Amino acid sequence: MHSLMFFELAQRNVRLHWLRSLLAILGIIIGVVTIVSMGILGNSLVLAISDSLSTVGDSIIVTPHVGGMGFGGSQSSNLLSERDVEQIRRAATPHVTIPVYSGSSRMKIGSEDTVGTVYGLKSDDIPLLLEIEDGSFLRGSSGAMVGSTFAEENDIKVGSRINLGEKGSVRVVGILKERGMGFDINPDFGIVVEDQWFRQAFEQEEYNQVIVKVKDLNQIEEVKDAIDRTMNRKETTVDVIDTKAILETILTTFGQISMFTTVIGGISLIVAGVSILNIMLMSVTERIKEIGVIRSIGTQRKEVRRMFLYEALILGLIGSAIGGALSIIGGYAVSMVMLQTTEYLFVPSSLVYIVYGVGFGLGTSLISGLYPAWKASNLNPIDALRHE
Amino acid sequence: MEEAINLECDGDTIIRFREVTKVYPLPGGDVVALDKVSLDIGKGDFIAIMGPSGSGKSTLLNLMGCLDTPTAGNLCIKGRNIRGMSDEDLTILRRDYLGFIFQQFNLLPLLTALENVQYPLILKTGSRECLDRCKEVLEAMDLDETLFSHKPSELSGGQQQRVAIARALVNDPEILLADEPTGNLDSKTGAAIMHLLDDLNRNRGKTIIMVTHDPSIAEYAHRVIRIVDGKIS
Ligand SMILES: Nc1ncnc2c1ncn2[C@@H]1O[C@H](COP(=O)(O)OP(=O)(O)O)[C@@H](O)[C@H]1O
Ligand SMILES: [Mg+2]
Repeated sequence: MHSLMFFELAQRNVRLHWLRSLLAILGIIIGVVTIVSMGILGNSLVLAISDSLSTVGDSIIVTPHVGGMGFGGSQSSNLLSERDVEQIRRAATPHVTIPVYSGSSRMKIGSEDTVGTVYGLKSDDIPLLLEIEDGSFLRGSSGAMVGSTFAEENDIKVGSRINLGEKGSVRVVGILKERGMGFDINPDFGIVVEDQWFRQAFEQEEYNQVIVKVKDLNQIEEVKDAIDRTMNRKETTVDVIDTKAILETILTTFGQISMFTTVIGGISLIVAGVSILNIMLMSVTERIKEIGVIRSIGTQRKEVRRMFLYEALILGLIGSAIGGALSIIGGYAVSMVMLQTTEYLFVPSSLVYIVYGVGFGLGTSLISGLYPAWKASNLNPIDALRHE
Repeated sequence: MEEAINLECDGDTIIRFREVTKVYPLPGGDVVALDKVSLDIGKGDFIAIMGPSGSGKSTLLNLMGCLDTPTAGNLCIKGRNIRGMSDEDLTILRRDYLGFIFQQFNLLPLLTALENVQYPLILKTGSRECLDRCKEVLEAMDLDETLFSHKPSELSGGQQQRVAIARALVNDPEILLADEPTGNLDSKTGAAIMHLLDDLNRNRGKTIIMVTHDPSIAEYAHRVIRIVDGKIS
């Protein structure tokens, strides 16, 4: 009951100074909305990225080592020879080893001129890496499969003919399913041809990279080490990376970006906190005499403290509640603008930011109220009474 | 504990000062507001404290009101030495045994007349089931019931002081402390307030200590304590 009276007093004071209370509440609202929207944006970004990544972290990618000192000069080609591939295959057994050619070329589709990536793969390996949307996998050596984005942009269909200039021309036998961003190959923006055709057209015998598909994720490290030991015994000839590690790095990076944006939201909340601190100090200064009166008629220090903390709490509560509600709209807006989708909004890991935001809003308000409340409660009753 | 025995109040003494000194340390040098004051106030007394401005009247009253503690000497309220008492205990003493009446009324501006009277009672009992008692006390102060829901700013000075006295009385304290209670009122209203205080002293047995510089107001008291330069003369 006791507390109720102090709450009532605090509430009346908030209402009496409604304009400045409103401004402080506005500050909290903005802070909470920012923190939540940024949090939701960051989280949606991470979710969106991990969704658009094709690789599930089950591959090891072996590429020729670049930037070597070149002392021996033995590995100047920057490509992987048939012998290298054999060594890798042996080290990686029983997992599947897929050697890959890649290059880029001008292409003419109908009358349109463009540039695209060309991958050369053994026809047996293609189903291991890629899925088909339309048409069929490669059989003959002059066919090609086209990445979904590339096909869409250039209006390519099964049966279309792509002219690669003096390299020759290929007929499209299949359209690939959209694969998403990959760390190994990115066929969405190019075409896939048979290795034999690639060797001829690009006049290149050696491979650009080797992909090892590891069936059991727990063996990734082991296989990676085996390849590294075999290939880089004397000097570093190849770089061995696993997509799991890259995936983790990327996700941590985006996690950090999301953290950073949330911190920016936090800063705006601190500003709001300062404004609460400010109006609370004003409130204390204006009411020094009143504090003297209530102290002299038997109000304890802690009760004075409570009265002022309630005031901060009321501001924080209203601001955080409205802010929490508005941040759903804010989250919706940033998702639409930045990601063009809201599918990552109504998931627990995004919505939890509303809880954080409201919590931080309340916390900031209370912390901002601490000093003014302490100041009010420590006034000497006589001095406060004499105050005019 | 020699001192404690020395300070023991007999049945009738409700406030006892023994060599009480109050010094305000100020940057420009210490101000001795009270200089070794000794005095006894009995239960049911009605005392006027008079003296020139700055002589220490308010300081004396504030010490009795447990708003401050002596720099030296001993001060006993209801047999309890307030020297060295914690702020919390002093606050409880103020709430339960002392009623304050101020020159500027000092009602809480956010509360209505009735709520101002309720305030100390809720502080003490923690309960709001006290409306009847508060109304009774207000009515006894001759305040019209239609004014109960008014804010202090909507009341005249005399009406505000009546509410303030009701607030001071609601916890049924034994001692009422009034610092120039009529100082902000015209003489007619002042006289009406003094009649109320006189009645409380006569018929309800309240011990009243009042600061005033008005001799006609001081006439209501049984005893006048004159103070000059922090000393009782
Ligand atoms: N809180 C205080 N701080 C410093 N000096 C004070 C304080 N209260 C009173 N004094 C000084 O103590 C002396 C007595 O003051 P006071 O008791 O208020 O006198 P009166 O009420 O008789 O006018 C004055 O010189 C005054 O300036
Ligand atoms: Mg005075």
